[in-house]
Amino acid sequence: MNFQLRIWRQPNRKSPGKLVDYEVRDISPNTSFLEMLDILNENLLRAGKEPIAFDSDCREGICGTCSLTVNGEAHGPDHPGAVCELYMRKFRDGATITVEPFRVGSFPIVKDLVIDRSALDRIVQAGGFISARAGSAPEANSVTVPKHHADLAMEAAACIGCGACAAACPNGSAMLFTSAKVSHLALLPQGHPERESRVLKMVQVMDAEGFGNCTNTYECEAVCPAEISASFIAKLNREYARARFRRSMGE
Amino acid sequence: MIGTFDAKIPPGPLAQKWRSHLDHSRLVSPNNRRKFEIIVVGSGLAGGSAAATLGELGYRVRCFCFQDSARRAHSIAAQGGINAAKNYQNDGDSIYRLFYDTIKGGDFRSREANVYRLAEIANNIIDQCVAQGVPFAREYSGYLANRSFGGAQVSRTFYARGQTGQQLLLGCYQALCRQIAAGTVQMFPQTEMLDLVIVDGQAKGIVTRNLRSGKIDRHAADTVVLATGGYGNVFYLSTNARGCNVTATYRAYKRGALFANPSFTQIHPTCIPVSGEHQSKLTLMSESLRNDGRVWVPKRKEDREKAPGEIPETDRDYYLERKYPSYGNLAPRDISSRAAKEVCDEGRGVGPGGRGVYLDFADAIKRLGEDRIRERYGNLFEVYEKITGEDAYKVPMRIYPAVHYTMGGLWVDYDLMNNVPGLFVIGEANFSDHGANRLGASALMQGLADGYFVLPNTLPNYLAGQTGKRPSPGAPEFQEAEENVQARVEKLLRVNGTRSLDSFHRELGLLLWEKCGMSRHEKGLREALQKIPELREQFWRDVRVPGNEEDFNQSLERAGRVADFLEFAELMCMDALERDESAGAHFREEHQTPDGEALRDDERHAAVFAWEFQGDGQLPKLQREPLHFETVHLTQRSYK
Ligand SMILES: Cc1cc2nc3c(=O)[nH]c(=O)nc-3n(C[C@H](O)[C@H](O)[C@H](O)COP(=O)(O)OP(=O)(O)OC[C@H]3O[C@@H](n4cnc5c(N)ncnc54)[C@H](O)[C@@H]3O)c2cc1C
Repeated sequence: MNFQLRIWRQPNRKSPGKLVDYEVRDISPNTSFLEMLDILNENLLRAGKEPIAFDSDCREGICGTCSLTVNGEAHGPDHPGAVCELYMRKFRDGATITVEPFRVGSFPIVKDLVIDRSALDRIVQAGGFISARAGSAPEANSVTVPKHHADLAMEAAACIGCGACAAACPNGSAMLFTSAKVSHLALLPQGHPERESRVLKMVQVMDAEGFGNCTNTYECEAVCPAEISASFIAKLNREYARARFRRSMGE
Repeated sequence: MIGTFDAKIPPGPLAQKWRSHLDHSRLVSPNNRRKFEIIVVGSGLAGGSAAATLGELGYRVRCFCFQDSARRAHSIAAQGGINAAKNYQNDGDSIYRLFYDTIKGGDFRSREANVYRLAEIANNIIDQCVAQGVPFAREYSGYLANRSFGGAQVSRTFYARGQTGQQLLLGCYQALCRQIAAGTVQMFPQTEMLDLVIVDGQAKGIVTRNLRSGKIDRHAADTVVLATGGYGNVFYLSTNARGCNVTATYRAYKRGALFANPSFTQIHPTCIPVSGEHQSKLTLMSESLRNDGRVWVPKRKEDREKAPGEIPETDRDYYLERKYPSYGNLAPRDISSRAAKEVCDEGRGVGPGGRGVYLDFADAIKRLGEDRIRERYGNLFEVYEKITGEDAYKVPMRIYPAVHYTMGGLWVDYDLMNNVPGLFVIGEANFSDHGANRLGASALMQGLADGYFVLPNTLPNYLAGQTGKRPSPGAPEFQEAEENVQARVEKLLRVNGTRSLDSFHRELGLLLWEKCGMSRHEKGLREALQKIPELREQFWRDVRVPGNEEDFNQSLERAGRVADFLEFAELMCMDALERDESAGAHFREEHQTPDGEALRDDERHAAVFAWEFQGDGQLPKLQREPLHFETVHLTQRSYK
C-alpha cells in the first residue's frame, strides 16, 4: 500500500511548527501505524534528513506513551485502541493521512509529535492514592468488596493515562482522566478514609493546570483506548459535591 | 575484584533464615534516615515500590526513569497475574509448595534461601496491594479470586483482568506520587543513567543524561539501587517494550559489578507469531489462556495447510497433553516452548512459514459458553484480533514462542547487594530468584517483594555504617565518569556512517535468536562469538546517528543502548558456552535425556556463573558460586 503523509514538524516548544508532506510506498497492510512511521524514519535517515520524533514504548496499547492525532482523531480511526494498535489495513490504499500531536494547552510540545504530559502526574500527586504504608496492611480477605464494585473500580482503573480524552475535548478538559482515578478509589472501601480530601485536591490541581471544563460532548469517551465511560464524570461531580457539602457541614 | 563474592546466606533452618536475619540486621533510626540520600534507578514494580517505601520510611530518595512518567515503566504491560501462597482455594497450597514449585521450575539453579523468602513474603504483597486499592478480580462473595498458571498444580495466581501488571504498577506509582507530594522522593523522568560512580570501592552515585535537554548531570548519594528491568530486547524482537535495555546494568558491570547467568533467557510459548520484516515487537498472549485453551498441531505434515476446522479430532496432536499428562497445557514455559519448536521443526507447524501452533478455545467455549470466555480473556482476544485480523472465538489462535524475560542479571547477595558495596539490584535487573527458568506470575511477585519488603529491611544493614561518607559530586570519580559519558555520546554522533541503528539491532537479534535462543550448541555459540565482534566493529564504522547531543534526540538515546547490546551479546554467548549442561531455558543440544528434556550436570554446574569485567577487549573472568541444597532433593524435573 502507498500513502501520502502530512506530518507535524516542530523543532522545539518555542519555534513554530508546520505540516510537512511525505510519502511511503509498499507498506504491508499488516504493518502497524507506528511501524509505518519507523519505515518513514529509516527512509529519512537514508536521505540524510532528520527522523520524526514520536513517542511509543510498549506498542501494545497499555503503557499510554503513544499520543498521535491521526486525521483529526486522537489515536486514529480504530477505536477503542491506542495508536500503536492501529494497523495500516484500516486505511485505503493511496490515502492521505495527517499526523499531529495531541493538542492541549496543558501538554506543551517537546518536539515534532512529542508532548509533555507531566500535568497528569501532578493531578495524581495531589491525592490520587490510598495512603497504605508497607507493613500495615491487614489480611487481604479481611475486607470483602462486592464483585460489582470491584468490577466497576477495575473499569475506571483501566485508564492508561495517555491524555487522549483531553486532546479530543473541545475544551481541553481532563475530567475523564481525573474522574477515572477518583471513581476507582472511591468505589473501594479501602479508599473511603481519604475520599473527600482526594477529590477536592485533585480537582483543584486539575483546574490549576489549565485544563478546561466538561460540557458533555462525550468526545473523550469516544476516543478513550481503555473505554472509560463518561458516566465516571458524573460520579466525579457527585463525589465533588458530596465532599464540598460534608466539608461545609464541618465533618 | 571490588568487594566480596559471598552470598551471605544466614545460618539456621530454611524457614527461619529471614526472620533471624532481620533480628540481627543493623537499623537506621527514624531521625537519622533523612540524612541518607538514596538513588533508585527505575520506576517499575521493583523501583517504584522501593522508592515509595524508602521515602515513606523517611530517607531522601531520588528516582529515575527514561519514560516520560513513572507510570509507564514496562511492568505496566504484565498481563496474567501474581502468585501468592494464600491457599484461599483450599487446594493444598503452602509457602513450602510455592517455594518448591519455584525452585523446581527454575531447574534447581537458584538459591534455596532467596526463593524461600520470596514465597514467605508473597502473601504480604497481596495484602499490601489490596490495601492500596488494586482492584483484583473477586468472586460473587466479595472474596478474592484465583486462577492457575504454568508449573503449579494449585490455583494461586491473583489477577486484575488481563492487566495485572498495570494495576500493580498503578498501585505503586500512586504510592510514589504520594511521596513525591510529601517531598521525600524527587522524581526524574526522561533521565537515563549512563554510568555508575564508585568512590573508595563503594557505589556512591550515577551520571545521567536528561533525554529532553541532553544535559549530563552528576548525582551523589549514600547508596545506589538499580531496578532497571530486563534486557530481552538484545534479541531485537521480544515481548518487552521498545525501550527496555541493558545499559544501566551493563555499565555497572563495566565498573566492576558481577553479572550473573547472562544467558538465561525465557522464551515464552504463547506469543503472536512474527508476521513481517518491519515488525517492531512481539505481542504476548498471556499464559493464563492455557487454563482454557488447548495447544495442538496436525498429526501429519500434509495437513498443515488445511483450515483447522477441517482437521478432525483424531488427526490432531495435543502434544502437551500427550507428553505431560499431569500438567498438560500448563507445563512450564521452557518445556512448552521447546515442544512447540520441536513440532514445527518436524514440519507440522501452522500458519505462514510453518512457525506456529494452535491455541484452541473451542472446547472451553462449548463447556463454559462464549460469555464466560469473554469475561476471562476478552481483552486478549481483542488484542489478537487487532494484530492478526482474526476472531479467536471462531478460529483457534496461532501462537509461537518469543523472547520474554531474562533470568540473568547483576549478581546480588542475600541482602540484594552486589559485590560492589552500596550497589543494590532489585526486580528483573538482578539474577536472584528464578534460576534457569521463571514460572509465570512470579516476576511481579519478585519485583514487589524486593521493593516493598526486602530492600527496605536490608538497606539499613549497609547504610548504618555509612554516616558522613557521601562524596561530593565534585569528586574526581564523578569528573571521570562524566567525561566518559560525554565521550561516548560524541563518539556515537561522530561515526556519521550509512546504516541505521535498527539494521544493526535486527541483525544482532537474528543472530542471537539462532545461536543463543531456544536451543544452543557449542558450534553455533562459537560462530556467534566470532560474528558479534565483527558486527560491533561495523557498527562503530558505519552507523548513522542523526541530530545533535544538546537536543531531544531519540536516535542518540537508542544508539547508546544498541551499542551496549552489541557488547553484552558476547557475554551472553560466553556464558551459554561455558555452561556445558542443559538447565531450564538454557537448552544445550549436546545435553538432553533420551526423550529430549534438559539434562543438568549437577556435579559440575550446580552453580551461579558470575562474570567479572576485565577491560575492553579482554576475556571476562568467570566466578562460580556453588549452590547448596539443604532442603530439596535435586531431581530430574518431571511434569509428566
Ligand atoms: C508482555 C509481558 C507480560 C508479562 N506478564 C507477567 C505476568 O503476568 N506475571 C509476572 O509475574 N510477570 C510478567 N511479566 C514480567 C514482568 O512484567 C517483569 O519482569 C517485571 O514487571 C519487571 O519489573 P521491574 O520493576 O524489574 O522492571 P521494569 O518494569 O522494566 O522497570 C524498569 C525501570 O527502569 C527504568 N530504567 C531502565 N534503564 C534505565 C536507565 N539506564 N536510566 C534510568 N532509568 C532506567 C525504566 O524507565 C523503568 O522505570 C511480563 C512481561 C512482559 C514483557
